[in-house]
Amino acid sequence: MLTCQQLTELVTEYLEGRMSFWRRTQFQMHLGMCKHCRAYIRQMKTTVATLGQLPQEPVPPDLKDELLKRFARMGPPEQK
Amino acid sequence: MSDRAKTLEGAPAPSADEAVPDAPASASDLALIARLRARDSKAFSDLLDRYHGPLLRLALVFVPSRAVAEEVVQETWVGVLDGLDRFEGRSTLKTWIFRILTNRAKTRGVRENRTVPFSAFSDQDGEHEAAVEAARFKPNGMWGVPPRRWEDDTPEKLLMTAQAVQHLEHAIAALPPNQRAVVTLRDIEGLDSHEVCNVLEITETNQRVLLHRARSKLRAMLEEYVERK
Repeated sequence: MLTCQQLTELVTEYLEGRMSFWRRTQFQMHLGMCKHCRAYIRQMKTTVATLGQLPQEPVPPDLKDELLKRFARMGPPEQK
Repeated sequence: MSDRAKTLEGAPAPSADEAVPDAPASASDLALIARLRARDSKAFSDLLDRYHGPLLRLALVFVPSRAVAEEVVQETWVGVLDGLDRFEGRSTLKTWIFRILTNRAKTRGVRENRTVPFSAFSDQDGEHEAAVEAARFKPNGMWGVPPRRWEDDTPEKLLMTAQAVQHLEHAIAALPPNQRAVVTLRDIEGLDSHEVCNVLEITETNQRVLLHRARSKLRAMLEEYVERK
């Protein structure tokens, strides 16, 4: 049987869907019995979801104007 | 030596079965490219809005200052415009744009004496970095100090304050660059593992190991932050 410590090292393999059938079964059996590991997985999933919500910097207006002008000056694509 | 092997900076080249081929451009990529080739300025404006922040975030992994990162992103956009009409759709548009950035950022990083070792096994922290510190487990490997369920466990609640965002940004910036690059592309920008391997020219296994280490550290940081609140 997997230990909790082993499970914490296998979490990414599990979440990435890269486990063999047998390993996955062992992993899920452990999760079924261990509320602490269920809390751990939940924390890990929350961490991943939180990273996806970090604010992004907008493109500075000056740079955007400059690049749009450059784009507007481009001629039609060369025919191959 | 192949280009791929060179980019691994001393690490062994991936074996043939691990090398990750590019996924071709999607139908929506090809439609967007067609609009860009028709010089649709709205399409280019949307592309700038969508990718500028993510490109800046990734550039910061490779170069030592924000000023240099901004220059690299600007050069990347010029590279995108120059290459637009030659893009053949052999990779996704996202992979192509991020790859232009990493190539430019790496060149710049070398010039600024900062190189990113992309082998999972060249971490300063060593090969056997634990996801959770060993002291939290009993000798039989079961939890001694278990994780608690977070009360506010939605991203929106966790990131409600500017302080929380700053805390997480600092933790990301403190990761070894190879882990930071992988978690940035996978979890912040939402690329799939295939795309990350192609952008960073690493194997699936390396990608997974680096992602695991990065996520484990960021979870630990969030745990500490939530419990201290």
